Amino acid sequence: MDLHYASAHELATLLTARELSAEELARATLERIEHLDRNLAAFLTVTADRALADARRADEMIARGQGGPLTGIPIALKDILSTEGLPTTCGSRILENYVPRYTGTVAARLAAVGTVLVGKTNMDEFAMGSSNENSGFGPVRNPWDLNRVPGGSSGGSAAAVAAGETTLAIGTDTGGSIRQPASFTGVVGLKPTYGRVSRYGLVAFASSLDQIGPLTRSVWDAAAVLEVIAGHDPLDSTSLDETVPAYTDLLERPVNGLRLGVPIEYFQEGMDAGVERQVRAAIDIFRGLGADIREVSLPHTPEALSTYYVISPAEAMANLARYDGVRYGIRAPADDIWSTFKETREVGLGAEVKRRILLGTYVLSAGYYDAYYLQAQKVRTLVRRDFDNAFAEVDALLAPTTPTTAFRLGERTSDPLQMYLSDVYTVPANMAGICGVSVPAGLTDGRPVGLQILGPPLAEEVILSLAHNFEQATDFSRLHPQLETEVAS
Amino acid sequence: MTAATEFMPVIGLEVHAQLTTRSKMFCSCRADYAGASPNSHTCPICSGMPGALPAVNARAIEMGILTALALNCRIPEASRFDRKNYSYPDLPKGYQITQYAEPIGEDGWIEFTLDGVTHRAGIVRVHLEEDTGKSTHVSAPGGDVTLVDYNRSGVPLMEIVSAPDLDSPDAARAYFAALRQILMYLGVNDGNLQEGSLRADVNVSLRSAEGEIGTKVEIKNLNSFRAVQRALEYEIDRQRRALDSGERLQQETRGWSETEEVTFSQRSKEFAHDYRYFPEPDLPPLRVSQETVDEVRHSMPELPATRERRFVEEYALSPYQAGVLTSERETGDFYERAVRAGTRVPPATIANWVTGDLMRLVNESGKSLAQSAITPGTLESLLTMIGSGEISGAAGKQVLVRMFADGGEPQTIVDELGLRQVSGRDDIETLVDRVIADNEKLVATYRGGKGNAIQALVGRVMGASRGRANPQVARQILEERLGPPGS
Repeated sequence: MDLHYASAHELATLLTARELSAEELARATLERIEHLDRNLAAFLTVTADRALADARRADEMIARGQGGPLTGIPIALKDILSTEGLPTTCGSRILENYVPRYTGTVAARLAAVGTVLVGKTNMDEFAMGSSNENSGFGPVRNPWDLNRVPGGSSGGSAAAVAAGETTLAIGTDTGGSIRQPASFTGVVGLKPTYGRVSRYGLVAFASSLDQIGPLTRSVWDAAAVLEVIAGHDPLDSTSLDETVPAYTDLLERPVNGLRLGVPIEYFQEGMDAGVERQVRAAIDIFRGLGADIREVSLPHTPEALSTYYVISPAEAMANLARYDGVRYGIRAPADDIWSTFKETREVGLGAEVKRRILLGTYVLSAGYYDAYYLQAQKVRTLVRRDFDNAFAEVDALLAPTTPTTAFRLGERTSDPLQMYLSDVYTVPANMAGICGVSVPAGLTDGRPVGLQILGPPLAEEVILSLAHNFEQATDFSRLHPQLETEVAS
Repeated sequence: MTAATEFMPVIGLEVHAQLTTRSKMFCSCRADYAGASPNSHTCPICSGMPGALPAVNARAIEMGILTALALNCRIPEASRFDRKNYSYPDLPKGYQITQYAEPIGEDGWIEFTLDGVTHRAGIVRVHLEEDTGKSTHVSAPGGDVTLVDYNRSGVPLMEIVSAPDLDSPDAARAYFAALRQILMYLGVNDGNLQEGSLRADVNVSLRSAEGEIGTKVEIKNLNSFRAVQRALEYEIDRQRRALDSGERLQQETRGWSETEEVTFSQRSKEFAHDYRYFPEPDLPPLRVSQETVDEVRHSMPELPATRERRFVEEYALSPYQAGVLTSERETGDFYERAVRAGTRVPPATIANWVTGDLMRLVNESGKSLAQSAITPGTLESLLTMIGSGEISGAAGKQVLVRMFADGGEPQTIVDELGLRQVSGRDDIETLVDRVIADNEKLVATYRGGKGNAIQALVGRVMGASRGRANPQVARQILEERLGPPGS
């Protein structure tokens, strides 16, 4: 078995049987990062010492028989999750020297079950972006084609999993930031229902949309991670007080008899023919598994994207106001308080972040609130109602994750609107707060395509079992980039 | 009549009260930071660290509901928190979490007394929010610096906004005092104006005889009753003069200079903040069930106005005495506990002692009743001893001083000080004879026809006995010895 492309599920078998130690696995993983990451730039921080310490502790847990399914498994955290003593930059120059003094809930839960933290991954600055080109520390490359983007904003996490630099990774999804890069890099990416996973310690971009989720090489792995990170947290008042099912036990539930909707608005102009072909083929596979496939309509899909660019900047404007150089992060030298604020932000923040802060300031300004923010909230209700109506008829929805495959570096940087369009199929799920997963659906022109499965709130076990059945019926999850040769050349 | 008298002040108050909760509004840091070193009462939440989230303090919500109910407000089924966006170093998140659109209480009223007349003022809203940190600007080598202490950041604040129903500085002051009294009765605020745990902003404009309301001016951060009154007096005068001389007033925010006793312009309307309020996405709407409201209502203590009326009726006290006894909750509590401690002392007598000697001791010592060593039970025992003639009233006052400072049972103190009243004729006769011998002048005055002089002689006897002699017996013996005045 190739350790680097093995799933956590497969590795756990080796670890439990003591055929492999967590420390050996950690060393092999760190070596691979060392070998590959100069070209990929998926990591902002490699936590080698921490990884080895975690691994030894994991080996002890396993030796004592206290290991769980994720004990000893390498994991990378998007650099937007607060980790005590480890840099948490959010991909921003303004936080390049920031080292938190606390660990957030998800990072703590993952550490408690014995995962091995190998590093913090690169990302679009403050999770604002769809290509990772907005990172303050340089873009991540797509392991399938180093001239292409890995997607964003969790591009580092996606690329690291796709390239075998880690077994598991955590990302965050505000408008598609887990699912879109998962699709671009051929890995599994799950955005849980809003409130399913605590956001405590997740540095906020848009608080009513942000959600933490896994990027993995198999659906089983994603289910196993969700089991650990899901559940109520008194530190996050928006986290739901609902029991967490044993997702990994529910993966084998049959597809036969399920009603699956195909939203017509998700197959519109501007979509790659290759993407449509792969997604249609995927739908046929579900039909073959006995699903009842029917067309549904989500009429407010186009408006979801435009209102997303009202609501998310509004929340971001407030969330990013704390980066003023007073308490942490960089502080630009200046004569007085106000010029300190101004200069710190001027040098610390990138163009896209500034653009969204301005947008957010504008839509909340006196005289504009009703026309923009309030109106957007009303449309958000309509988007949610679209999904309510659809889920009254079907158990889940099948759709492409993105209209295209990974695009070239620099291809869309000059046109923000073109860039925003790559999230057109992922944003509605965030606006409605529902769950969604992107699962590999094969290649077109040698690049991965993602199938997106959307489910009602708290129906993660439904979409995960569908994704698992699909994964079992195909071999797409076993496709890997030809990295060694590319790197060597 | 001058033109100035045609304008009537229109005044409203926004009072900020720090709540007495143990922990802060949205985190578990201790809210009481008095004397703590800077930034020692902080955590990722109240210092605005990236990724930290607020969680509402349930006790603060209860206090908000309690106050809103005490102020006769409607409690909406749902209220919510908003973000108020502005930049300042002492505001660690760059926004303040406050209740803007949907406060916890609305449309109430409060009664207050001014010159013996009861008035009513409307309460527009009661809402909850978090306090900010504190900035200090200091000169340091290499230039001026700003130091920020976040101990106060996130301390629960309640804002109570009155309707513009107050028509004079006196009324504003009386309103503020009545509100403070209620907040302290409820135990939601410590009433400490000096330390800023209670502070007021006032809005004032002048209304013309035709009923036209003039430009509104806000004076911020008044931290004493006097400041409220004086700032309003100054500002009303300033506005009157301006209007009389045909000037146009600016809508603005002004400050109050305590030393110069003037208001001064801080920020005009053009530079007013646009706070860009929007619903706080980190906190779900607050649902307040009828059961919660009922429960809180049930826990409501008797409020000062009700108690004052009851004291007059139940204990036959004068309105003045009832007012003194109910000015602070603990005084009234103390009084009633003393009344209930026994049956031998009339409530009026206890009221006299509490409002008189005991209050004097409180004022002189700077200690509150709670901080003093006396208890309602020991006071009642003392007054029983006086009532039964065991000790004289004068001796009682000495005992009271001891009990206030050091505590203890009155019987023990009386014995210790040897104050038990001497009523035996023999002992008092000896004292009387000595007083007559030592006070020839007074005796001569009495004999010369000034009957009042006997009072002074009784006093001398009391003094000679160190307050122990029974004054009635002393007087009787003196009269026997000296005969009627002028004889």
